Amino acid sequence: MNKWAISLLLSVLTASVQAEVVFVTLEKDNALALVDPVDGKLIKTVEIGQRPRGIAISPDYKVLYIATSDDNTIKMVDTETLKEIGVLPSGDDPETFALNPKGDRLYVSNEDDSRVTVIDIAMKKAIKQIQVGVEPEGITVSPDNRWIISASETTNMLHWIDAKTNNIVENTLVDPRPRAVTFTADSKFAWATSEMAGSLMIVDAKTKQVTKRIGFEIQGVTKDKIQPVGVVIDKESKRAYVALGPANRVAVINAQTYEVEKYLLVGQRVWNLAFSPDQKRLYTTNGVSNDISIIDLNSQTVTKSIAVGNYPWGVAVKP
Amino acid sequence: MRSTKMLPRIGLIVFIFFQIVASNPLFAKGKQTIKIAYLTQMQKARPVLSNLDPIIENKGVLGAELAIEDNNTTGQYTKQQFTLERFIVPVEGNVTDTFNKKIAKKYAYVVTNLPPELTNTVADLAEAKDVLLFDVATVDDALRNKECRANALHLLPSRAMRADALAQYMMKKRWTKWFLVIGAAAEDKLYAEALKRAAKRFGMNIVQEKTWEHSFDARRTAQSDVAVFTQIDDDYDVLVVADEQGQFGEYLDYRTWIPRPVIGTQGLVATSWHKTHEQWGATQIQNRFKEKAGRWMEEQDYGAYLAVRAIGEAATRTQSNELKPIKDYLLSDQFALQGYKGTPLSFRPWDNQLRQPVLLAAPRSLVAVAPIEGFLHPKTELDTLGYDQPETECQWSKGK
Repeated sequence: MNKWAISLLLSVLTASVQAEVVFVTLEKDNALALVDPVDGKLIKTVEIGQRPRGIAISPDYKVLYIATSDDNTIKMVDTETLKEIGVLPSGDDPETFALNPKGDRLYVSNEDDSRVTVIDIAMKKAIKQIQVGVEPEGITVSPDNRWIISASETTNMLHWIDAKTNNIVENTLVDPRPRAVTFTADSKFAWATSEMAGSLMIVDAKTKQVTKRIGFEIQGVTKDKIQPVGVVIDKESKRAYVALGPANRVAVINAQTYEVEKYLLVGQRVWNLAFSPDQKRLYTTNGVSNDISIIDLNSQTVTKSIAVGNYPWGVAVKP
Repeated sequence: MRSTKMLPRIGLIVFIFFQIVASNPLFAKGKQTIKIAYLTQMQKARPVLSNLDPIIENKGVLGAELAIEDNNTTGQYTKQQFTLERFIVPVEGNVTDTFNKKIAKKYAYVVTNLPPELTNTVADLAEAKDVLLFDVATVDDALRNKECRANALHLLPSRAMRADALAQYMMKKRWTKWFLVIGAAAEDKLYAEALKRAAKRFGMNIVQEKTWEHSFDARRTAQSDVAVFTQIDDDYDVLVVADEQGQFGEYLDYRTWIPRPVIGTQGLVATSWHKTHEQWGATQIQNRFKEKAGRWMEEQDYGAYLAVRAIGEAATRTQSNELKPIKDYLLSDQFALQGYKGTPLSFRPWDNQLRQPVLLAAPRSLVAVAPIEGFLHPKTELDTLGYDQPETECQWSKGK
């Protein structure tokens, strides 16, 4: 084989290895779907455990953390081999969890027990359980690693947990059934969605008060169908994106003026969102239509929807 | 298994509770108390068709207890404490006396699990003027129309809401020809009225209507009886049954003269809550209730849960324990109650009925949730179920 052919072969190989992969948990298939977002194709589906929901990827993109709710564990999976490399003690029925920026701590919502479990990843041990409000769901860690916010759906509160002490130091009463919460890149504001009030609240991390409330109005969609769930904000805090559940749309919000700029029609019961690592694309899981939608953020259009399997729940991306 | 697991957990909760009390700056002096009474009367057990389902005597109260726990978890952070006092009147006792002597002037919020007439008797008492009743038992359309009371909120869907839910589903399935079978009880006639109203609303055709008469003839069996009873002249798509007490309805399925599905109070039923319901976080409350009660959640439990949670939600939002702001909030557009049905629940200001989706359930599977997709309404699709504002006969002359 001549040199030219070898280098071509190598470049093909590296290209295929380096291509971006979108990982999607399939709640009802007990499986993980792998999607190539550039080609817009489902690569494959692998079995992963009972009722997989929450998913996160380590900062070095080497490890996937997947909550297999009915196994009562969080699995650690190698992103290359897709082999299980460890199990974390998550407490009962783990659903959503958050990884800290360093990637050495994991905070898990235990919905049935009204608590948050703090896991030391290196030790693979639960180091603390924090009592929070009823049915904790959304959870996030601020990029400066100062705060963990746990949102409890029935208590309607954001609990501010100090990352150093793992104690609740403040509580913010928010609109009914808060679902997801995320911080701006500068850690100054937390954005939280309320499923029942159909609103998005912006909370000042200094005062812990709601400083702004954003509502949504879509022509031809009744108010009770607008149920905000997942929310993400880009690195420059230019735009935020909110999944509106059974309204089947993602709202595009100007993160500076707080204006809703646009609604993008995606699949049914759009739930969780994730950016591509270069933030050129946004991926959505659509629970009822069993697909994911790909949004091109440059043109702000939905470019593709890809059938992945039953009940796509969480999404994580590897460059 | 459960009980051995519970003890250390309770210890942990108590321990953590004190941690929260000690560490939370919001949780301190000057707590506001919201006192809630739960009023019910023991009922004489009615005859049952089979011994498959255990008789449950405490329907309702455990739902209220679970909600009090949820309210108080929130209350820890908002300086509010919720208390629940139970008033369980014996079969021979007098509910009015209990209300006048023990509840009046002491409680502003009373969850009532009482039959329809007694619910209004209590609502009409002079002492009930400054009280808000949360009715978690009745399904009567009369109590939401001509016999409505301004001081009584209704948590469970009315018969009309249930019948409309069934009709929407049958319309979707194009089961337009109904054979209506009605039991002998007064409640069955009321349910049949609601079904007839729904049939008219959704353009369904009741091809025949028959009343099931109970007889004690030993030569007759369900097997032969139902076949003969359902041998009617006209063809029909579906047998719609109104038998609220379950005196005969379970006999119908698989025994009809021609093979037809059974829907109504048996077969596919319309209900506010069901053990097969697990969407929209329902699994969580099903688990929490079962852990507490050792049984599945019944409709009255769900109603009582919602009643106490509604009080909690209004008290938290208004930061008040007083009747006026809380009642105003409950009946306002802002009120949005999470009821594990995927859409916020609220009260219809024209008849105090809680608007909510209605579940259509078979014994072991949830078949559909009404409003069924495609039934539209300018304000909220939930108002396609039951009496909408233009149709209401409720005038707020009583209970004010």
